[in-house]
Amino acid sequence: MTRIPIVEHIMEANTTLAMELNERLNAANVFAVNIMASPGAGKTTFIKSTISLLKDTKRIGYIDGDIATTIDSEKVAELGIPVVQINTGGGCHLDSNMISPALDKLPLNDLDLIIIENVGNLICPANFNLGTHLNILLASIPEGDDKPYKYPPMYRGVDVLVLNKIDLLPISQSCYNSLPMNFLHN
Amino acid sequence: MHELSITENLLEITLRHAQVADVKKVTQLNLVMGQMASIVDDSVQFYWDIIAKGTIAQDAILKFERIPATFHCLDCDTKFTLTNQADFSCPHCQSTCVQVIGGDEFRLDSIDVE
Repeated sequence: MTRIPIVEHIMEANTTLAMELNERLNAANVFAVNIMASPGAGKTTFIKSTISLLKDTKRIGYIDGDIATTIDSEKVAELGIPVVQINTGGGCHLDSNMISPALDKLPLNDLDLIIIENVGNLICPANFNLGTHLNILLASIPEGDDKPYKYPPMYRGVDVLVLNKIDLLPISQSCYNSLPMNFLHN
Repeated sequence: MHELSITENLLEITLRHAQVADVKKVTQLNLVMGQMASIVDDSVQFYWDIIAKGTIAQDAILKFERIPATFHCLDCDTKFTLTNQADFSCPHCQSTCVQVIGGDEFRLDSIDVE
């Protein structure tokens, strides 16, 4: 028996592709964000509100990842911006290989911002860098304050944490004062 | 479910290195996984047995070395290993200003070949 040393990160292929996507976005002067959350956290509503606030000053494109249906992309398309739907057909996350053809379908040179809505899932998307400039996690109050402990890779991999549905705080049993905030910046 | 994509990457890396070394058979993969890497060992082995079939890495054993999560307290400088999954606070000063310094590993260290 012979042992061959390798020492290679298992996600190397995705990371390489993500870097290429990032270069492509930079060349077109487009800022991109990857929005992740659990199902029902309010990703689409949050994105629609953000687009409504920004669309008069920024040219925005939207990529939606869902296992099935075009429900979300149809909602966002109503705002009059270019949208691309990726149906993963059972896949629990988006990866860089899916984003590349989606970018082909967007008028990259006529955009300032691309918002990618990932598949609703707190586990798998954390493993797949999409070449975006920011990874944003939307956490909604009803999910409970134990989620950073239950899903550490997701909470650790994000640049921005948005707390959604804060109007439910008064009736929530959770305590958000003790979230391990520094944990998020590693 | 992401284990399938991970296993595909693993097979690609394994076969690429095995081809370069011109080996007949890959018998074992030595993987290093941190406690913070959300990977189900059995699930990876399950997919491996399916997708590696017909390759020189068929029937290879996937051996996982698990690295515990270790933290560094930014307030009192204590280094500690995670003992309670639901508590990341420093055991010495109870601060939650902690940084993860180990347990993120997610790599293929080596392959055993014939």
